[in-house]
Amino acid sequence: MDRRFPFKVLEHIFSFVDSNEDRNSVSLVCKSWFETERRTRKRVFVGNCYAVSPLKVARRFPKMRSLTLKGKPHFADYNLVPDGWGGYAWPWIEAMAARRPFLEEIRLKRMVVTDECLEKIAASFRDFKTLVLTSCEGFSTDGIAAIASTCRKLRDLELRECIVDDLGGDWLSYFPETSTSLVSLDFSCLDSEVKLSDLERLLSRSPNLKSLKLNRSVTLDVLESLLRRAPQLVELGTGSFSDELDPEEIAKLTKALSELKQLKSLSGLWDLLPEYIPLLYSLCPRLTSLNLSYATVQMPDLIDLLSRCSKLQKLWVMDLIEDKGLKTVALCCKELRELRVFPSGADLDETDVTLTEQGLVSVSEGCPKLESVLYFCVQFTNAALVSIAKNRPNFRCFRLCVMEPFAPDYRTQQPLDEGFKAIVERCKDLRRLSVSGLLTDKAFEYIGVHAKKLRMLSIAFAGDSDLMLHHLLSGCQSLKKLEIRDCPFGDTALLENAAKLETMRSLWMSSCFVSFGACKQLSQKMPRLNVEVIDEHPPKTRPDSSPVERIYIYRTVAGPRLDTPEFVWTIHKSPEVGVSRLSIR
Amino acid sequence: MSESVAAEHDYIGLSMEAAQMSDNKTKTRDNNNNKNDDVLNFKATELRLGLPGSESPERVDQRFLSLKSSCPVSGAKRVFSDAINGSTKWVFSPGSATDVKDIKPAVPVKEKKSSAAAAPPASKAQVVGWPPIRSFRKNTMASSQSQKQGGSDNNNSETEGEAKSGAEPCLYVKVSMEGAPYLRKIDLKTYKSYVELSSALEEMFSCFTIGQFGSHGGCGRDGLNESRLTDLLRGSEYFVTYEDKDSDWMLVGDVPWEMFICSCKKLRIMKSFEAIGLAPRVMEKCRSRN
Repeated sequence: MDRRFPFKVLEHIFSFVDSNEDRNSVSLVCKSWFETERRTRKRVFVGNCYAVSPLKVARRFPKMRSLTLKGKPHFADYNLVPDGWGGYAWPWIEAMAARRPFLEEIRLKRMVVTDECLEKIAASFRDFKTLVLTSCEGFSTDGIAAIASTCRKLRDLELRECIVDDLGGDWLSYFPETSTSLVSLDFSCLDSEVKLSDLERLLSRSPNLKSLKLNRSVTLDVLESLLRRAPQLVELGTGSFSDELDPEEIAKLTKALSELKQLKSLSGLWDLLPEYIPLLYSLCPRLTSLNLSYATVQMPDLIDLLSRCSKLQKLWVMDLIEDKGLKTVALCCKELRELRVFPSGADLDETDVTLTEQGLVSVSEGCPKLESVLYFCVQFTNAALVSIAKNRPNFRCFRLCVMEPFAPDYRTQQPLDEGFKAIVERCKDLRRLSVSGLLTDKAFEYIGVHAKKLRMLSIAFAGDSDLMLHHLLSGCQSLKKLEIRDCPFGDTALLENAAKLETMRSLWMSSCFVSFGACKQLSQKMPRLNVEVIDEHPPKTRPDSSPVERIYIYRTVAGPRLDTPEFVWTIHKSPEVGVSRLSIR
Repeated sequence: MSESVAAEHDYIGLSMEAAQMSDNKTKTRDNNNNKNDDVLNFKATELRLGLPGSESPERVDQRFLSLKSSCPVSGAKRVFSDAINGSTKWVFSPGSATDVKDIKPAVPVKEKKSSAAAAPPASKAQVVGWPPIRSFRKNTMASSQSQKQGGSDNNNSETEGEAKSGAEPCLYVKVSMEGAPYLRKIDLKTYKSYVELSSALEEMFSCFTIGQFGSHGGCGRDGLNESRLTDLLRGSEYFVTYEDKDSDWMLVGDVPWEMFICSCKKLRIMKSFEAIGLAPRVMEKCRSRN
């Protein structure tokens, strides 16, 4: 008797399985489940574009409608990955264009995207709806124009913090007059001005537009006219908020803002002048997300604004908010889930910005739903970390950046080991952690022992020896991404825990003491890891014991990649060959 | 507690045995950096006198320098130039601005911005990619900062910089006040005289008690005339200065209003006049009046 479910039944059941992690598990059960699952998967996520070949992915998922790819390692955000390292979108676009013409959504993060890629997308996918590029580079506004003009069913066009060769604002005029499908548009990272009339007309004919993020060159005096044409907005990123307006204009703008009855998210606000803050008051009671991280507004004005935002769930702000401002947040924003406090540079005329650890302690006390934090601060204490952990055991993401490397607890001069111990002990659901300040191996022993659900860990200027790495690799069961810079060890721990590396997506180590010899050994030991050495000087010319500048190790079924630049070496698997750069140029 | 001894690191000639998986860290040191001794003897438990954080600059310097020296600059120009030019704002200045006054290394925590403050002085230590801020944010903030610098000394072609002279519809200048936490921007063209200007300033910065401007009203054509000046200097703490086209700081009130608005780039409300070297002039004026 055939005990297998009929394909149709399985298919129906699997249609309820959304998360890709679950689908991955499902596909491991048996061959028929694998087959059914792969034929029904619509949203494909590839966390490392070099882990698998585009062709394989295209073949495996015939029904794919959405592709999400990530390219460069996370530390590329901080200029630690040299230009030209890789992460090219083209092979993927090409493969999908040939085999999956019904693809509708492409989301890319930290990849190199060229105008050719964008033109190919526009030309190949008839029903293309969504393009989201985050931290990408390599294209110009011409490529965007191609997307705008050709993709008739375009719904989402979002450029988030991309580096774009900005040839002017004409691209906006390429949206055909017949296009009415736009739901979200984000061009906040572009520099040049778009034509106001183009934008007005686009808004007028886009009744479904829910999210609009303007760039800085859209001045305040035109904002009113834009908002009038899009009162249904749920997300708004303003342009510059600093022009001088006359009272009549102010009145009109105030009215236009108050008409945005659905608005939940506000961002942009570049150069926000204090006198314009009251204009935002009408929006505050409904706001769930507020990004003030580009608004150099000082604490007293911030308090006026934030005390009105009782529904706020996500707040991004600069350290100008100071401890006092965060106290207000703790009092008034009881729904807060995510807080990010960025450094302002505090160069504004010798201002002393009093943002200390106390600010975060207050928020952790006052906001019961807080689960995600990114906090830049000059120095910290263990006591504060312990309080925070006690107050808020529900953290899922805790990123503390003590900006002074090696800074100890400034009251006791102790390392911050005990503080982070409290965090990992109490926050059982912690998925992401960034540590900083003075830390010894002990801190990492605690992390290894307690942080069982931790998936991503970022470390800089910490630890004493290979023990640190050993604790992490042998302890953190769920660890998927580990990135380390400027820590004084490497070889022994890496080699002892080589097997662990295959359970992880990637490991990045820069300015550590990993020797070339260890890299070779690791690569030979682990056939399904790519061990990439990123170094100005060819490793072959140096002794095996010499340390390499950067290594990037990731698991892959695609073998060594073929697009490495001159300063990247994938260490070959067979000892006779040694190191090769299998690049084809 | 003694476990928190910082390990000595053998950079060149790292041997496998040296990295023992025990708490006894006995790596031999063969390092270039001779100052390691001081750094590596640092223990968390050591009693120190001094302000919190005041030790860290030294330690920071040594340790990170030794690590940094181990990383030759990668071939990518962008990484290197970022370290030197790009991330000008994100230097790490040891300690917080408030409490560390006697820092040893030549890393100034605060520095008065000169007009061409785009590049940091060579003495500022820079670490690539630290603090970890995305390039996009860094660049955005950098261009905001340079906008705030104001004045035509700004190399960026921000329109604000050019709005100072000629028949521009508005004449924005920054007004800062010593001790106040924020700057304001005002349009000089909206005022017709020193009286108007001074009452506007008073209003703007009123929470910082500059009532010393008083409500004398002007005698003569322009408000900020001799007697007012004297009052300011005699009784009050504050007086207004401006930076002119030649980047000199002058006392407000000396020249006719029209000439003033043509040459004024920036305003600053000062407390102690020694700081800008106006003392001789001012004292002279006082003497001549009395």
